[in-house]
Amino acid sequence: MAPALKFQDVNFRYGENCVLRDVSFEIEEGICSCVIGPNGGGKTTLLKLALGILKPETGDIRIFDHHPHIGCKLIGYVPQYMQFDPKFPVTALEVVLMGRLDRLPWWGRFGEQDREAALAALAEVGLKDCCDRPFAEMSGGQKQRVLIARALVTEPRLLLLDEPTANIDLSVEEQFLETLRSLPDKMTIMMVSHDLGLVERLTETVLCVNRKVHHHKVAELDGKTLREIYSGELRKEHFEHHHDHG
Amino acid sequence: MGEFLNQLFTAGSIVQLAVLAGIIASVSFGVVGTYVVARRISYIAAAIAHSVLGGIGLAVWLQHRLQWEWFHPTLGAVIAAIGSALVIGWVSLHWKEREDTIISAVWSVGMSTGFLFLYFTPGFKGNLESFLLGNILYISTSDVWIMLLLGAIVVGLSVFFYNPLMAVCFDDEFAQLRGVNVTAFFFMLLIVTGLSVVLLVQLAGIILAIALIVLPAATGLQVTKKLWHAMVGAVGLAMLFTSGGIGLSYVRELPAGPSIILLAAAGYFGVLIWKKFSRP
Repeated sequence: MAPALKFQDVNFRYGENCVLRDVSFEIEEGICSCVIGPNGGGKTTLLKLALGILKPETGDIRIFDHHPHIGCKLIGYVPQYMQFDPKFPVTALEVVLMGRLDRLPWWGRFGEQDREAALAALAEVGLKDCCDRPFAEMSGGQKQRVLIARALVTEPRLLLLDEPTANIDLSVEEQFLETLRSLPDKMTIMMVSHDLGLVERLTETVLCVNRKVHHHKVAELDGKTLREIYSGELRKEHFEHHHDHG
Repeated sequence: MGEFLNQLFTAGSIVQLAVLAGIIASVSFGVVGTYVVARRISYIAAAIAHSVLGGIGLAVWLQHRLQWEWFHPTLGAVIAAIGSALVIGWVSLHWKEREDTIISAVWSVGMSTGFLFLYFTPGFKGNLESFLLGNILYISTSDVWIMLLLGAIVVGLSVFFYNPLMAVCFDDEFAQLRGVNVTAFFFMLLIVTGLSVVLLVQLAGIILAIALIVLPAATGLQVTKKLWHAMVGAVGLAMLFTSGGIGLSYVRELPAGPSIILLAAAGYFGVLIWKKFSRP
């Protein structure tokens, strides 16, 4: 069976600045994995390469054995809600329906089936009664869940989340964990996160990204090593040290 | 005021033509302006608006020099609007680090070209102001028909592609992942913005046109929760501002363009201040 995501000798640079070097890893289907690393270490670049938004300089990227420009249709992408215009006039339902744009009929209006799928996705993230709420008036946690619903309505096989628990409070985080746990086991999940608790409780593998990428199984790491990786994340030198000599 | 209303209902009068033109153009402004403001590209729209003068100047010069009577200034304006939309759009997508510089350059090159062509066209210097600030005295019945045609194209495209355009304005990265041709829609938005400016040249001039595209939409967006509600509101407001401005200019003997724009600005700032102080 083809892995959900495969990077083979991928290099990427912005101008002179080498962001990712000789990156190779595989994520099996059905696994929940976490991407960690220092700011500027290349985490977001990694996601954007997988999505086909950025193209690698050399190397090969496959999503379920497809090239990213085809494979991206199989990915549900959840960006950080902070990047949006906070005043944009759009309702929760309208945001979720954007996940069905690839099925939009030629006359440009969504059908009843799409509407039902969007409502079901909103119900799945616990926002059944909020479909007509303006996105702009929602709390951070609610916006995050609307974006997850938008990703789910695309019926993805791979869910990519960019710092899903950043800027949301603890009680909301519990809800978020519940949402992720309730997803079908078959769905492969990969998220960028700074949240150590999340890694320990939810994910099976960790990708440490700092120009190079190291792939660890959480079960093989004891709590101390995991914590070391994380504290190292705050200090770049330590992080590099850990992987180069550790 | 009575005289204004009397003129308004006199078939073929200047006032009637001007108000009619304003109402037709308002539909495009409300719809396109809402996308422009929501996508936050009003500075790009302003650059396209100003570069339209280049096309107008070229058309006027060709009419005079080569006797190409068919090369109507509106045709020149349409060509310039589409041309600068393509250049600016390309720069905005592929040359981000030079975007502001090149937009300013396109803006002033377009205007300079227009000024030079008009300079080399004897007997036209006196009318330069009417292109910059508008002159409702020059609106003819054929202009109204051209506006109706352009307006139908602009509104047709904007309404037909409502869902993908909204997605592109809200989150272009995600829209692209769902198979939407984000680049094509971005260019389409810039071109219909340019065409909307062309609609307004006679009424408010190119310098003031951009304000009438941006201000009613920005006002509508302040008070609505859905994009299409904002559009409907902006269309209504634009109609109110153009008709009111023309009425004001007729009654008080003021230039129409500035009257329309100041009315629109008063509406926008009024709502802005009201929102600011009405908040609990």
